Amino acid sequence: MPELLSSLEMAEFVNTGLVRLDGVIPDEINRMAMEELTVEGAPIARRLAPGQPLSACFGEQPAFRAVLDHPRVRGVIESLVGPDPIYDHHAVHVRQPGQGAQNLHADAIIDLRAAFDIQLMYYPSEVTIEAGGTLIVPGSHFRRVNEGTIARYQNHAGQVAVVCPAGTVIALHHGIWHCGRANRTSAVRYMFKVRLEPAVRQWRLWDTSDLDDPEVQRQVEKILSTRQPWFEGAGARLEQVQRAALWRHLTGDDDFQVEYWLGRLENQAVPQLTDLLPSNGHRPA
Amino acid sequence: MPVATRPDSGSVRGVVAGSVRQQLLFLYLGTSALDSHVLAWTFYDGAGTGTGQTGDQSEPPYPTGLAALQDGWRLISLSELRPGPVGLEYATSFHNFEFVFERMVDISAGVQVDA
Repeated sequence: MPELLSSLEMAEFVNTGLVRLDGVIPDEINRMAMEELTVEGAPIARRLAPGQPLSACFGEQPAFRAVLDHPRVRGVIESLVGPDPIYDHHAVHVRQPGQGAQNLHADAIIDLRAAFDIQLMYYPSEVTIEAGGTLIVPGSHFRRVNEGTIARYQNHAGQVAVVCPAGTVIALHHGIWHCGRANRTSAVRYMFKVRLEPAVRQWRLWDTSDLDDPEVQRQVEKILSTRQPWFEGAGARLEQVQRAALWRHLTGDDDFQVEYWLGRLENQAVPQLTDLLPSNGHRPA
Repeated sequence: MPVATRPDSGSVRGVVAGSVRQQLLFLYLGTSALDSHVLAWTFYDGAGTGTGQTGDQSEPPYPTGLAALQDGWRLISLSELRPGPVGLEYATSFHNFEFVFERMVDISAGVQVDA
């Protein structure tokens, strides 16, 4: 059975844009995965046709199928993008010994949807701080940027340089800023990534049995109001607005508030003051 | 951060022609005020091999933009203040408060130059 996320874990995802499962995949599967990654020709590295159900993929790569079928991993997948999401693409990411860092980027292109894809990142071997693990900027998933336009940004307060045991799986919202860090070891660092799209409307897909508990509601608002260390003071309020809007979309609760930013604006929202200005064609009655 | 040693005071004399290089420090601050906190940062080193790599530092080189000024960096650029485009007033995107600093380094002497 998939182990679905709780409402508080889901709120943490809306806040940070990531879910982290450290060391959940057993060593035996990790060893098999490393063999599948490093075998001559590595069939796992070949791209598949996008748009097919995930359940139809990786049947000939038993280690990767086992990773995707792990109850904790399945629980994250189902909670975020539904029980049988759409396969988008996958890739084997390699950081060679001595290889420098990638520039910071968001994958694909600018994406304005409330619906979100996830990118699962699986590390079959231990990643040390020197080994060129992924760099993640938590809370960057609502930023409207196009791929490598953020390459100038080298470091952020609160950034996460992934250091993890073998068998770690991280799920990222598609908009998260990230890159591969420099590998300062003598060993190749591998990471298997697969992007998944929702096949269903993302509405209460996680374990929502606790959602109506007033204490859970209070904790959700607290989580969604928590600022990332790299947020500007004023920008943090706009991030809270994005989170509140996404939480409303995910739960169907159109009255949900974070710090009442939306509630204030929704009180007599029409007309806007600018609608009454002559420059917009307004004529007094 | 690998930067050349600052002179104690006054101008550096005897600079070798053609040996002056620029170092650039980008600081992204919490507000439009130069004395607000550093949230993100980038370093390019025209004087050597100290250019930063993505994700190589967890602590900023200075706590504020003002602290960089006080350490001898010269401010050469800062972000304009503009309202968000119509329809995108509540959207977030790039950092809003980018401050770019420079200092000139004489690579023959390994010291900062007062330009």
